[in-house]
Amino acid sequence: MQWADEGIILATRKHGETSLILELMTPGHGRHLGLVRGGRSRRLQPFLQAGNTVSVTWRARLDEHLGTVVAEPVTERASRLIAGALGIYGLQVLTALLRLLPERDPHPALYTALAVVLDDLGDPISAGELVARFELAVLGDLGFGLDLARCAATGATDDLAFVSPRTGRAVSRTAGEPYRDRLLPLPRFLSARAEGQPTPHDLAAAFSLSGYFLDRHVYEPRGITVPPARERLLALIAGHGAVV
Amino acid sequence: MSRAVAGPEIERLIQLLSKLPGLGPRSARRAALHLIQKKDQLLVPLTQAMEVAVDRVVVCSRCGNVDTSDPCTICSDQRRDPHMLVVVEDVADLWALERAGVLNARYHVLGGTLSPLDGVGPDDLSIDALVERVSADAVTEVILAVNATVEGQTTAHFITDRLAGLPVKVSRLAHGVPVGGELDYLDEGTLSAAIRSRTPF
Repeated sequence: MQWADEGIILATRKHGETSLILELMTPGHGRHLGLVRGGRSRRLQPFLQAGNTVSVTWRARLDEHLGTVVAEPVTERASRLIAGALGIYGLQVLTALLRLLPERDPHPALYTALAVVLDDLGDPISAGELVARFELAVLGDLGFGLDLARCAATGATDDLAFVSPRTGRAVSRTAGEPYRDRLLPLPRFLSARAEGQPTPHDLAAAFSLSGYFLDRHVYEPRGITVPPARERLLALIAGHGAVV
Repeated sequence: MSRAVAGPEIERLIQLLSKLPGLGPRSARRAALHLIQKKDQLLVPLTQAMEVAVDRVVVCSRCGNVDTSDPCTICSDQRRDPHMLVVVEDVADLWALERAGVLNARYHVLGGTLSPLDGVGPDDLSIDALVERVSADAVTEVILAVNATVEGQTTAHFITDRLAGLPVKVSRLAHGVPVGGELDYLDEGTLSAAIRSRTPF
């Protein structure tokens, strides 16, 4: 068995004294693992870092084997990402989200989105917007997508202000007003007619929304906890300007 | 099935040696044979040295270094600057910095790095002890000498957050061109880090 693809490194694990097990997100083969022989060498280790894009060739005798990977660098982002708290916590949140996906299940849209988010983890507001959207996209790919295009009650597509915690569908301001204490707020930038840049308050609402559904559909049923990096990322976004 | 070529005692010696870093079953067999052939010059002194190590090696209760005394030689050295603390991941890193001989500071060994993937959290490392030490010992500078990896830098950021309220300067090692490194052979990540960390000349 053999295939060649591009992939973004999600994590590395030491294997023996000289090798690494690489965890990659690829467009055509999803989240995939493979052994890199000599991956801890001075030549390979600098670019075999989480966040970098590599060109890979995976080989194994049988498809169900771990297989070996030969990697070459394509885009090296790791040094920029690890230079700041926003980059490092953002990277950890994204990799933790992708680890929720089953192995070897292709999610090409998430791969493309991952590359975009990793390239834009410099500014807290735009990074926050992209990560919040990425969380909703992961929920969608896991089969728990929210319907934020139109109001569940009236079918209206404008002035959507709430989300039903039961169905995950948007509700317009007029239809939702009597039940506002039971609904989740929908920040404007996530609604169908989004415009302008989100404020830190909008981002907090967006993360609260995605966090609620991640917790309900993914973390709780699987008995896992929210990654600590998410809380730190949210703190950085909330106090943006102070720490980048 | 392969037949044993030596008694169980020698096989046991080979098996234990093969667990050492850098040794596999074949090199362990060679090392065992060498030890046996040089029994008086190597095997007996090695056994004695190991017995002494087993009896006397302890982990320093202040910094986490390994030594035969507690506090360790570095913590007890009065000539070292007590106001400067170098934070390292493990004892191997401490020894590497001591080999370089560029610092006259004291150390703090974390015992690893934060790694959600491996289930290593802040409670598994000696971060609380570091914060206590910085507060109690009137430390003025903490140098974070952790690896330039995602795990290493996550740990560095976490420690920086924990030390935020204390009157201490926190610095970290520069990332860039190694001595003897040729730019043509360096990866792009290292080069961009070197450009960002450039210094006046």
